[in-house]
Amino acid sequence: MARSVTTQRKLTFTILGWAIGLLIFFPILWTFLTSFKTEGTAVATPPQFLFFDWTLENYHEVQSRSDYMKHVTNSVVISVGSTLIGLALAIPAAWAMAFSPTKRTKDVLMWMLSTKMMPPVGVLVPLYLIFRDWGLLDTRLGLVAVLTMINLPIIVWMLYTYFKEIPGEILEAARMDGASLMKEIVYVLTPMAVPGIASTMLLNIILAWNEAFWTLNLTAANAAPLTAFIASYSSPEGLFWAKLSAASTMAIAPILIMGWFSQKQLVRGLTFGAVK
Amino acid sequence: MLSRTLLLGAASVLAMSSFAHAETLTIATVNNGDMVRMQKLTEDFTKKNPDIQLEWVTLEENVLRQRVTTDIATKGGQYDVMTIGTYEVPIWAKQGWLLPLDGLGADYDKADLLPAIDAAVSVDGKLYASPFYGESAMVMYRTDLAEKAGVKISEKPTWDEIADAAKKMTDKSTETYGICLRGKAGWGENMALLTAMSNSFGGRWFDEKWQPQFDQPEWKKALTFYVDLMKEAGPPGASSNGFNENLALFQTGKCGIWIDATVAASFVTNPKDSKVADKVGYALFPTGGFENHGNWLWAWNLGIPAGTKKAEAAQKFVSWATDKAYTELVASKEGWANVPPGTRKSLYANPEYEKAAPFAKITLDAMNAANTTKPTVKPVPYTGGQFVAIPEFQGIGTAVGQQFSAALAGSMKVDQALQSAQALTTREMTKGGYIK
Repeated sequence: MARSVTTQRKLTFTILGWAIGLLIFFPILWTFLTSFKTEGTAVATPPQFLFFDWTLENYHEVQSRSDYMKHVTNSVVISVGSTLIGLALAIPAAWAMAFSPTKRTKDVLMWMLSTKMMPPVGVLVPLYLIFRDWGLLDTRLGLVAVLTMINLPIIVWMLYTYFKEIPGEILEAARMDGASLMKEIVYVLTPMAVPGIASTMLLNIILAWNEAFWTLNLTAANAAPLTAFIASYSSPEGLFWAKLSAASTMAIAPILIMGWFSQKQLVRGLTFGAVK
Repeated sequence: MLSRTLLLGAASVLAMSSFAHAETLTIATVNNGDMVRMQKLTEDFTKKNPDIQLEWVTLEENVLRQRVTTDIATKGGQYDVMTIGTYEVPIWAKQGWLLPLDGLGADYDKADLLPAIDAAVSVDGKLYASPFYGESAMVMYRTDLAEKAGVKISEKPTWDEIADAAKKMTDKSTETYGICLRGKAGWGENMALLTAMSNSFGGRWFDEKWQPQFDQPEWKKALTFYVDLMKEAGPPGASSNGFNENLALFQTGKCGIWIDATVAASFVTNPKDSKVADKVGYALFPTGGFENHGNWLWAWNLGIPAGTKKAEAAQKFVSWATDKAYTELVASKEGWANVPPGTRKSLYANPEYEKAAPFAKITLDAMNAANTTKPTVKPVPYTGGQFVAIPEFQGIGTAVGQQFSAALAGSMKVDQALQSAQALTTREMTKGGYIK
C-alpha cells in the first residue's frame, strides 16, 4: 500500500515537473514554430500548431537583410570578454571578503548590489557623454567595459557565497607551506571553487548575451550585437511576427546550445554546497 | 598608470578607426516595407557615388526614437542620416539639431512635394527633413459586407453613418465585427486615432492659453461615441489592438470597417496576404458635424543631424532616396504598387501609378484634406494633427492613452477617464511651464 502511494506521488511529481517544464519552454517552442510560418499564418486565429505549410522563407529573408555573423561575433566578444574581465576583478575581491572579512564587508557587498537597483536609463545621458568624449560609442571595447561594470556586483556576490563554503584552514595550510597570495588564489582556491566559478561564468555570459538596454543604446553599426539584430525585425506598420521569430531563433540558438552542453556544470554550480 | 595609458591609447585607436573610412554614411531607419526596399537598392546609390559607402542601422520604431533622440541631443554623432517622423521635425529644427536641406540639387524639385507634407517638414519656409513616404488616415471597408447589410458608405461619411453601417455589418456568430479601431495605449497608437477623432468632433487638446480641454463637451462626445461603438460593433479585446492587430483582423475577413493610416490600403489589397483583397472600398476620414476630417498626417522623413561631419555626402544620399528618380527606380525594379506613396504630386499625376494602386486617388484626397497648421475647429496654440507638436506630448499622450484604453476595456468609466486625463495633463503642462 505504502509503495503504491510512493509511485503515485512520484507519478504526480513527474507529470507536474514536465508540465512546468513545458510551460516554461513553450514560448521558445512557439517562436521556433512561428519562424517557419508565413506572415499570414503567424497571426491566424485560431493559431496553427503544426499543420501549416512549413517555409524557410523567413530565414532566407533575414539572412539576406542582415549580417548575422557580424552580430554573433559582437555578441560573443562582448559577453565572453566582459565575463572574463569581470571574473579577473571579482575573484580577488570575493577572496578578500570571504577570507578576511572586516566589520564593513557586509556593507560593501550591499553597496555593490545597490548599484543594480537604479534604473539604467538614469545614467544613460552621462554615460553617453563620457562614451562620446572618449570615442567609445559603437565600439566593442566600450560595451565590454559597461557590461563588466554592470555585472560585476552579481559576479562578486556569487563568488563570495561559493568561497564562503571553502574552509579557510585549507588556504592557511597553503600559506604555511610558503605559498604566496597569488599562488594561493591560483593553485588552491580556484581549483576548489571551479564549479562555482564555472556557473558564475555561464550565468554572466547569458546575462551579457541578453542585455538589451546598453547594447542597443551605445551601439550603431559596428559593435551592435544580436539584440540590435532582433530589434530590427519589429515593424510598426506591417506584419512581422514570422521574420521576428526567425531572427529570435537565430539569436538565441548559440546561447541555448551552450547552455545545453554546460547544464551539468550550471546545476552543479548552483547547488554547490547545498547538501552540506 | 601604464594600464590607464594603454586604455586611453586603445580608446583613441578605436576612435581614429572610425575616421579612417571618412565617407561611410551611417543611416538609422525603421523596419517598414518601403525602408527595407530602399536598403535593398543601396547598390544603385553606391554605383553612382563610388566614394560613399552606406551602413544601415534598422531598429524598431520606439527603440529608434529613443536611440536617435539620445544621439542628437548629446551631439553623439553616431548617425549621418536619421529617419524621423513629422512629430520630431519641427521640434528638432527649432532646437537647431537638424541641418537645413539646401543642397539637395537641381533635380530635387521641392515644389513637387504635396503642400501638406511640405508644411509638416518645413520651418520658416526652410526644409529640415526630406519626406520619404507619407500617409493620412481614411476609412477602409468591405464592399461585400456593406452590400449584404444593405448599407452604403458615402465618399465623405459622417461618424453617425459609420456607426450605423458598423452595427449593421456586425455578425458576432461568424466573428465578423463591424468596426476595428485602435485601442492599444500610446501617443502614436490609440491617441493618434482619438486625437484625430476629437478634431473631427470639434475638440482640441489645449485652448489658446494651453489649458487642457478634456473637461469640454467635445471630448466627452468623441470618447463616449468611440467606447459605445466599439462595445457594440468592435472585436473582443480591442483595448490591446494597434495597427498590426487590426490589419491582421481585416485581412482575415473579421472587420467590416477599419479606419487607420492610408498606407494600410496597400497591405489589404495585396492578394498574397489578404483574403479580402478585391473587396475593399474607401472613404475619407469621417466628420462629426464640422468640415474637419481629423487632420491626420504622418510622414517618415530623412533628416541630417547638425553634428555630422559628412553633411555633403549625407545630402547626396537624402536627395537620391527622396527625389523623383528614386520613384522610377523602385517602379522599374518592384512595380508601381511598391513605390513609396504620399510625398509628391507627380506620383499622383502618373497614370501608371493610378492603375497599379486603386487607392491612389482617395489617398491623395485624404492627404490634401489634412492641415497640420490648423488642425482643430477652434483655435489652438500648437501645430500637429493626430498629435500635438510639443516635446511633452510623447509622455502626456501615452499617459492619457492609458486612461482611454482603460475606458475602452471597461475598467474605467468615460467620465473618470476624462477627469484623470484632465488632471494629469494639467499637472504636466504646469510642470512644463506652459500654464503659469
